[in-house]
Amino acid sequence: MPLPAVQFDRITCTFAGSRGSYTAVKDVELAIGDGQFVSVVGPTGCGKSTLLNVTAGLLRPSSGTVRIFGEPLSGINRKAGYMFQAEALMPWRSALANVTAGLEFRGVAPDEAKRRGEEWLARVGLAGFGDRYPHQMSGGMRKRASLAQMLILDPQILLMDEPFSALDIQTRQLMENELLELWSANRKSVIFITHDLEEAISLSDRVVVLSAGPGTHPIGEFAIDLPRPRDVAEIRLTPRFIELHDRIWHSMKEEVLKGYAQTKNRVSA
Amino acid sequence: MRRYLWVWQWVLLAAIFGLWQLLTQPGLLPPMFWDNPDRAAFFFGEPVKIFRVIWDWFTDGTIYKHLWITLLETVLAFVIGSAIGLAMGLWLGLSPMASALFDPYITALNAMPRVVLAPIFMVWFGLGIWSKVALGVTLVFFIVFFNVYQGVKEVSPVVLNNTVMLGANRRQLLRHVYLPSATSWVFSSLHVSVGMAFVGAVVGEYLGSANGVGYLIQQAEGAFDINTVFAGILVLTAFALVLDFAVAKAEKRLLVWRPTQSETEQL
Repeated sequence: MPLPAVQFDRITCTFAGSRGSYTAVKDVELAIGDGQFVSVVGPTGCGKSTLLNVTAGLLRPSSGTVRIFGEPLSGINRKAGYMFQAEALMPWRSALANVTAGLEFRGVAPDEAKRRGEEWLARVGLAGFGDRYPHQMSGGMRKRASLAQMLILDPQILLMDEPFSALDIQTRQLMENELLELWSANRKSVIFITHDLEEAISLSDRVVVLSAGPGTHPIGEFAIDLPRPRDVAEIRLTPRFIELHDRIWHSMKEEVLKGYAQTKNRVSA
Repeated sequence: MRRYLWVWQWVLLAAIFGLWQLLTQPGLLPPMFWDNPDRAAFFFGEPVKIFRVIWDWFTDGTIYKHLWITLLETVLAFVIGSAIGLAMGLWLGLSPMASALFDPYITALNAMPRVVLAPIFMVWFGLGIWSKVALGVTLVFFIVFFNVYQGVKEVSPVVLNNTVMLGANRRQLLRHVYLPSATSWVFSSLHVSVGMAFVGAVVGEYLGSANGVGYLIQQAEGAFDINTVFAGILVLTAFALVLDFAVAKAEKRLLVWRPTQSETEQL
């Protein structure tokens, strides 16, 4: 059996705060197979991003190990690309210079980097926009640039933290389809964090449901057996999708309400 | 009204000088405040004579040497002060230990009225341009330093993490994230720091030198030649305006990546 791309082994993350420590995730056991598209859904503030930061090597877990293709991770995960929820482009670099940044850091020759950068800009639909600065682009264009910036380095693992949550629904579905197209051309392992169950089902091979925090851990796993290639807008209307949505939502509902109650208490406290 | 704003601005300027001339020219108005008709002109100068002085300066070319010296001092003070401020700001911004160690000293030095250092610089660097440059540097340094320090602290953590994930090492982070972010803060304080470099140059010249517009003013003051003093002040003001205009041009070119409020260019 091939080694999983990412394996969480009893991962626990505890943060020290001014009002005592807070355990965001507790004893998480999860494996993501090579080439698998896995979505992680869960109520707001449940520590989804924490898991992603641990996988990226940006955050060291309090206990437990992450194995990347069997190797315990220490330091930054060089096999992973990360697409953040917030704006992550360097505002002082043009779109092209942002896309080629990773190549530049790796010492790729400028001509070669430029050629590959232009190629990727075209692939994400930004041909001719290479000289734009981030503030001159729309939210959707910036996300495309971020996607190209990550994919140009050809990482084996893609970490995506609600990458499209700031986009309007039409742009979002467009981007989701493009992501699927790029992914199916060259299958990588993907951990896709989202709070949108429909997005999770329409994109993934597997959906993992997390419990409400504190001490978040997976409470359910669902294989998504919808046929590929998929169109994210159309697949939402199929009976199988609705059935899966129903089942997953049922298992999530309680946790969502729990998470909501906690946020409410935290605000009113 | 808006379209002819510049006309009105010039009219206002002419009116101010006209009124000034009217109130100071000896014998033009019957004496109201002073018995001696020459008193007003003695204290406030006469625009006609002031412009005469300026005209002479520019036609016989004596002013150019002094303007050049003042400009040179301003530019040197700005460049050196900015470079030191940038380096120190980056260092202290990135090293919490150094920042904690130096914090009280930085605060004390910034609180000190640094113009009092001018005589010391005179002793150290002589009456040439370098004592003025040194004074300008002490003024520029703190503006740039605090801006860079702030800039380093306020680098977006997402941009930072993203750059780390793209494979940047520590040196590349400094070069590609901290430095551009810090320089943008330096440029946003460009007007103030160039102004301060100018103040350092002129005050330094005024306190002791053999060249520069500040020296001209100081000499005329010694001879109670109020018209020349005002002429010097007007030339300095015009010069500062030109400098400010040049800075605004440079800023626009260098900060092309930064969104401006009026800009709505989006696709």
